[in-house]
Amino acid sequence: MRTTTSQTIGPYWHLLEDKSWADLTRFGAAGEVITLEGHVYDGEGAPMTDACVEIWQASPAADENFTGFGRAATDSSGRFEFKTLKPGPLPGPGNALQAPHIAVTVLARGLLIHVNTRCYFEGAAENENDPILNLVAPERRGTLLAREVSAGVWRLDIRMQGEGETVFFEI
Amino acid sequence: MNVEETPFRPYASGTQPDNDTAAYRSTILRHPAKRLLKIPQTITELSGPRFSEQKFPPTDNIAVNHGKEALGERIIVAGHVRDEDGRPVPHTMVEIWQANAAGRYNHDRDQHDAPLDPDFKGIGRVFTDDEGAYRFISIKPGSYPWGNHENAWRPNHIHFSLFGPGHATRLITQMYFPGDPLLTLDPIFLATADAEARNRLVSRFDLSITQPNWALGYRFDIVLRGRQATPMEDGHAHHH
Repeated sequence: MRTTTSQTIGPYWHLLEDKSWADLTRFGAAGEVITLEGHVYDGEGAPMTDACVEIWQASPAADENFTGFGRAATDSSGRFEFKTLKPGPLPGPGNALQAPHIAVTVLARGLLIHVNTRCYFEGAAENENDPILNLVAPERRGTLLAREVSAGVWRLDIRMQGEGETVFFEI
Repeated sequence: MNVEETPFRPYASGTQPDNDTAAYRSTILRHPAKRLLKIPQTITELSGPRFSEQKFPPTDNIAVNHGKEALGERIIVAGHVRDEDGRPVPHTMVEIWQANAAGRYNHDRDQHDAPLDPDFKGIGRVFTDDEGAYRFISIKPGSYPWGNHENAWRPNHIHFSLFGPGHATRLITQMYFPGDPLLTLDPIFLATADAEARNRLVSRFDLSITQPNWALGYRFDIVLRGRQATPMEDGHAHHH
């Protein structure tokens, strides 16, 4: 058997949207609460206003109070926002340690199959030895680093194509 | 090695569409121009979200809204979610959304000149059982025009969203209907080069799912990525 073919999420996926899903702490999760925000831009730098952004994090481990998963729509300026818990380091391949990170998926009209990237946190000591970041050409690593723009608010913009194109992964 | 640490297989060649598919115009400025960077699957890719029916209650009959029947041809859609080895994917959430019988979505941005149906929201959620089986009741969605090219119409379809066991098994797809003449004209359907792969998106009419005097039945089976048979030997294997 072979994997079912992906098809675009299309422009009307918002029928699925439950705005509460953008808050991963809504079931009572406790920890270091952060905001993760950003914009999604197309190859001409225009905001993508109909995208679905999903995040998944394996740290802190999901439980009854913390789903580890969030979904948000981009707004009329292409902006998304999540409330979640700051992840910690995770085990990586071999004996490597992975720096704190969140998996980010973009699904949208015009994407026949979703694209995968990661959000790391600028300034984290573990970034230097992260086995995934180290696979990325140094000049492109910045596309995976969220910046803390105010206390507890981290920003990561996603550029689908062209100058500053986000590094997307085959996983 | 714990099975949870066994990587998922790469997609079989040709089974997935290329985001760089200019015939579907929205891809032109949205597809990544640079090649995807292959990374080893770590705990982040191997694990994934879990959704419980308690927190995310299923809605398996979307042909009824507050006790009122939606207009259209009532259908039952059923099938199994399995991995590439044929193993059932149990207790996984399946999200569905679709246009109404007239080919209009209950969505602000859908301005197609076709009637909305107050009794059809077009959104549902079901879970697979122990055997990976799912089933829901809906109405057959209508086709609708879109701006991709002159006289472009989408074939009748139902959108599906699945998670499966790990972040790497996420799948968004569309189920089509047999015999639809629009399929051979649709750049989204045709974006998958492998005809066998794309034709598996077409559901089959199934008399055993059909309920006499009530609703037509369609079977739509879904296959998610399976695990590697043996640990990867490309240097990314886990050593525990």
